Amino acid sequence: MTLSLKKDHKLADLFLQAKPESAGPKFFSDLKSKARLVLEEVGFPTVKAEEYKYTNISKKIADSIENPGSPSPISNLEKVEALRDLLDSIDGYQIITNNGIPEEALSDSPEGLFGLHHFTDLDASAIQEIGQIEKPENDAFSALNTFSFSQGLRIDIPDGKILKKPLVMVHYVRADENGACVYPRIFINAGKNSQASVIELTVFLNDETVFVNSVSEWAVAENAHIRHYKLQDGNKNTLEVHNTGANIHKDATLTSVVLSLEAGMIRNNLSIDLNASNCEGNMYGLYLLNGKTHVDNHTNVDHTQPHSQSNELYKGILADHSRGVFNGKIFVRQIAQKTNAFQQNNNILLSEDATVNTKPQLEIWADDVKCSHGCTTGQLDEEALFYMRARGMSKESARALLLYAFAGEVLEKISIEPFKKYCEKLVHERLGGSY
Amino acid sequence: MLSIKNLHASVEGTAILNGINLEIKPGEVHAIMGPNGSGKSTLASVLAGREEYEVTAGEVTFKGKDLLDLSPEDRAREGVFLAFQYPVEIPGVSSTNFLRTAVNQVREYRGQEPLDAVKFLSLMKEKMKLVEIDQKLLSRALNEGFSGGEKKKNEIFQMAVLEPTLSILDETDSGLDIDALKVVANGVNQLKSKDNATIVVTHYQRLLDYIVPDYVHVLFNGRIVKSGTKALALELEEKGYDWIKDEVAGTAV
Repeated sequence: MTLSLKKDHKLADLFLQAKPESAGPKFFSDLKSKARLVLEEVGFPTVKAEEYKYTNISKKIADSIENPGSPSPISNLEKVEALRDLLDSIDGYQIITNNGIPEEALSDSPEGLFGLHHFTDLDASAIQEIGQIEKPENDAFSALNTFSFSQGLRIDIPDGKILKKPLVMVHYVRADENGACVYPRIFINAGKNSQASVIELTVFLNDETVFVNSVSEWAVAENAHIRHYKLQDGNKNTLEVHNTGANIHKDATLTSVVLSLEAGMIRNNLSIDLNASNCEGNMYGLYLLNGKTHVDNHTNVDHTQPHSQSNELYKGILADHSRGVFNGKIFVRQIAQKTNAFQQNNNILLSEDATVNTKPQLEIWADDVKCSHGCTTGQLDEEALFYMRARGMSKESARALLLYAFAGEVLEKISIEPFKKYCEKLVHERLGGSY
Repeated sequence: MLSIKNLHASVEGTAILNGINLEIKPGEVHAIMGPNGSGKSTLASVLAGREEYEVTAGEVTFKGKDLLDLSPEDRAREGVFLAFQYPVEIPGVSSTNFLRTAVNQVREYRGQEPLDAVKFLSLMKEKMKLVEIDQKLLSRALNEGFSGGEKKKNEIFQMAVLEPTLSILDETDSGLDIDALKVVANGVNQLKSKDNATIVVTHYQRLLDYIVPDYVHVLFNGRIVKSGTKALALELEEKGYDWIKDEVAGTAV
């Protein structure tokens, strides 16, 4: 058994050739060299690699992405109508990326509320933080993003700033003759005592096969409270790998809600380091899959200091030939006494051909902690279904109402009303039935 | 109203009902009694359309229609109501939302206009009094965390809202204390009319002190082996079921 069996080097070579190292600040060329090294040495994971054993996204990319380059910026983005109603109803600060590149002209940057900077414009100290939370060596796709992104965006929320309106980050994606691979790269720094919500949306402008590979890093300072919502509602040809890393400091909270409704294949890696006492990480997810859609959520929360808390709830409804993967790692270090860590993954399979692979992974070195985990995979509750039908409700309505109730537990974690309504509507439409 | 002829049913290949015959007319209350395992709850389930039971022979007509041919929801819409022995807890589904959807789908089937939120609320309020159910319960998820008594009251409340022509109470008395039993029975009695009928399935006579049956049938080994009036229930209470079993054994030999 050799290492090479577990790794796909050919694909790595393809990507390395597609994007020669670009010039730029020395810090970036160093970071990118490091990323190149990771790709050259370890390549992309195959199903032989433990972390990717159920999600053969390397092969999927190799098979379906013909051009590993990146598309040029899309023109006339301001005229795109997709999501217009949603964006109007949310009334947030829009931050736009155009095929992965931050689009300054179309982004809101209201004076005094938050800072918006291209990576290449950062000063020496701000630049040093990039790539330190989500390191290229963590994951081959993290390395690929680091190697391949041509511009990133740093958002700074100043100390004490409470943003009343959410930041709405919209990624516009469209493949062209230059390539089909898009690399959004974000760094968000939430200052002490700040508070903000960030909604992340992706608009795929056509149904062509694209590969979106993002990295976002979240530095959440003392007593900052951040909520991050991510809606994944592409089409059957979208391939996505997202690496999200967060550093949480004293008394701070990060809440992540990921809704995966439509895609070809998605891998979400979410990693939260609870680096101080009394901080909190919340990870919620809902995946509603049909056709052959495959969604894999890998989460990792690391309790390194006493008195921190994590809550995790991922729920899935899987129809047709779809597949869901959940892996939840919880680490509780020896000094992290009085940790509370809760994890739950529940799935409903609507078809005999749908599959779920779920794995909780708890490693606890401290002895005075409260940790629990549970996972269930089953069918719709037949007894409940009969009960509802016996009251005159159609089978379709009863089924939809039960599924909606199941999904509702995650949807209710969304605290921005117009966005919540929008997501509820998408889920309603998917589940069908009138109720 | 309801006519059951030679009904045979089985579950997973085991025969449970072995030829039930029963005629029920509007205005009547029938009690079905019998020892554990005699098929009482199976009969209730088959009438309501529970899918794991297979009807192997016989027929059931309800208001002239072939009941066995209807889906569970269409039976409910035609006016059959089953009060469950074990009402199901359904987390995340609000009682109110559920019941309003059910009521409006029943109304649609009957060609009636749907009730809007205001009208539905006033209907709920009117019916709540009948079973002394707390409005707070109805704002919670359906049956979730309800006590045994609250669940049974909620069944009768739903019955009151849906106004069925045939109500089947499946061991509604099980797990109830005397006070709750009275409330539940009182609700059932108030809903009684000359146009509707009730089947009370029970193991014990005590419920029949409050809901007085016109006929009492004893079920044993999936057949009605004895029918009589309320006096039969009292006799069963006093002597237990063994003499019935002996009688059946005697006739079989």
